Amino acid sequence: MNRALTLLTTAAISALPTFAMAAGVDATDIKKQATNFPAIIMFVIFVGITLGITYWAARQTKSAASFYTAGGGITGFQNGLAIAGDYMSAASFLGITGLVYGSGYDGLIFSVGWLVGWPIVTFLVAEQLRNLGKFTFADVASFRFAQTPIRTLAACGSLVTVAFYLIAQMVGAGKLIQILFGLPYLWAVMIVGVLMIVYVTFGGMTATTWVQIIKACLLLGGATFMALMVMISFGFSPEKLFKAAVDIHPKHVAIMGPGSLISDPVSAISLGMALMFGTAGLPHILMRFFTVKDAKAARKSVFYATGFIGYFYILTFIMGFGAIALIAGNTPTPATNPFMDQSLIAAGKDVIAGIRGGSNMAVMHLANAVGGEYFLGFIAAIAFATILAVVSGLALAGASAISHDLYASVFRRGRVNEVDEMRVSKMASVGLGILAVGLGVVFENQNVAYMVGLAFAVAASCNFPVLLMSVFWKGMTTRGAFIGGFLGLISAVGLVVTGPTVWVKILGNAAALQPYDNVAIFSMPIAFIGIWLFSVLDGSARAQEDKDGFEAQYIRCQTGIGAQGAASH
Amino acid sequence: MSTDIAKKVRANPKFAELVRKRNSLALTLTITMLVIYYGFILLVGYAKSFLATPIGTNLMTYGVPIGVGVIVSAFVLTGIYVLRANAEFDTLTAQIVEETK
Repeated sequence: MNRALTLLTTAAISALPTFAMAAGVDATDIKKQATNFPAIIMFVIFVGITLGITYWAARQTKSAASFYTAGGGITGFQNGLAIAGDYMSAASFLGITGLVYGSGYDGLIFSVGWLVGWPIVTFLVAEQLRNLGKFTFADVASFRFAQTPIRTLAACGSLVTVAFYLIAQMVGAGKLIQILFGLPYLWAVMIVGVLMIVYVTFGGMTATTWVQIIKACLLLGGATFMALMVMISFGFSPEKLFKAAVDIHPKHVAIMGPGSLISDPVSAISLGMALMFGTAGLPHILMRFFTVKDAKAARKSVFYATGFIGYFYILTFIMGFGAIALIAGNTPTPATNPFMDQSLIAAGKDVIAGIRGGSNMAVMHLANAVGGEYFLGFIAAIAFATILAVVSGLALAGASAISHDLYASVFRRGRVNEVDEMRVSKMASVGLGILAVGLGVVFENQNVAYMVGLAFAVAASCNFPVLLMSVFWKGMTTRGAFIGGFLGLISAVGLVVTGPTVWVKILGNAAALQPYDNVAIFSMPIAFIGIWLFSVLDGSARAQEDKDGFEAQYIRCQTGIGAQGAASH
Repeated sequence: MSTDIAKKVRANPKFAELVRKRNSLALTLTITMLVIYYGFILLVGYAKSFLATPIGTNLMTYGVPIGVGVIVSAFVLTGIYVLRANAEFDTLTAQIVEETK
């Protein structure tokens, strides 16, 4: 066990700022690690299996429909797992358990925010998407409008969301793999980039889906095992677990209630809005609804996904408390605790701040404590697989926005054959992969924690309002959607840039131009009001055409009449 | 879709019924979810001490079942929608499609 520990990490990862969990690991000083062979063997097995699937998928991926949507033959249950695999990132797994480890109850508050978007997706978005769209959410958003402006807007919204999410994932991946596997940062980022390109370019949606399904099963299985082992240690008594955790944690009983995570309700509500409505505007998630055969399967898949993701977040709470009890409380005194960085303990840090590798590594130590070295290797491999599944989904969504929306619909005005469009898709996947590696390198030593928050804010302030209003409001016009959507996009990015994190901490200015890091509470209304105002003021001939198109769209949206059977388009 | 089909669907009273039922359910459930979640956030913002109050003599606080309850409610609300949609809306939709042919 000790060997695994020394292998695992001697690094010091700085504790993340409260809301920064989203982006995963923010490491400031990671020393070179010894190579972790059990983890690498497990990971190689995973890669072998997924490459086999990719080979199989590649032979079926002949048409655009199979590339973008796996031919529409994914079942509701499979898609539910894939959505869960697409959404549960390494950041949730390590970050939320780390947050519970550091401050207890606050971790639960955070995970609730990540879940509550899913019912909204079910009620307002999933079936509508399936009935109206084909490959991307822009198909739906632009259904009755002038193609060029709305596709351009939707592609910009998608690409900005994907880019920020991808950078955060790549940097997090690099740091994490450095710690878990002892690989150099550049290698780690390149391995992720290359595998992502291979999965997406050759296997398209089919391979991406199966990578996500396998990862979801592994992650749920691994987390279930750990939570179960924790509960067994405490005789399945939550009270005993809480007692052990409260006794050892320096904050003691304070970990049983809300702490410092939410000090300012405006920020809290704003973050909640971004998480809730941003989920319903993430292009890589929305794209998953085109992989099933009809609206019924679409709604079922969100139901399963909500169940899996909710279950997973409850497990993170148990694992986090388990880590406090079993890792921080591993020995009577910190000085003999093998999970502590003894130089930090000697410097007077407590058992929470003194954990090796920082609080994000709490769940990894827990894996070691409850399952031994090989289980630790297994969990490390799952963390890697998790990253791959998420970045592959992102790359596919980004590539689709480029090929299907920008190239086929805007640049070629719809006059394009499938072969050309797929070629562009594949080129875009390769390009995005190279770009992701490049950005991963550029941002290696930057704080990227705010980027996932920004991705959600953009999704909530641009993609979601345009999508929702196009489906439900007859009065929206091309001009209103275009201006309102861009106002939302620009205001979300602009406000985040001028807020305390980016303006002061990253750009080094003396004072922030505005006090909020969580901006959806402002940028979402800007988008909705913009869409409404510029639609009602729009007296153009196009506006009339847009409104006239609503009736046919509405009937198809409600009944599915005219919706393409996913398998046959 | 031809205007013919659109008119036929529109004239079918079942279409109005489907739209009314589905929209009202979706809206009710959306509002319920918003109230539950933002209610929880407001509790976190303004009633921290309530959430941190132990239940009886336990260490377990009110906050734990409430937080887990929000997670479970998301799943349950989604389930309610899916069950009703599977049972009721799909039947109506199938009838409309059939009668439009």
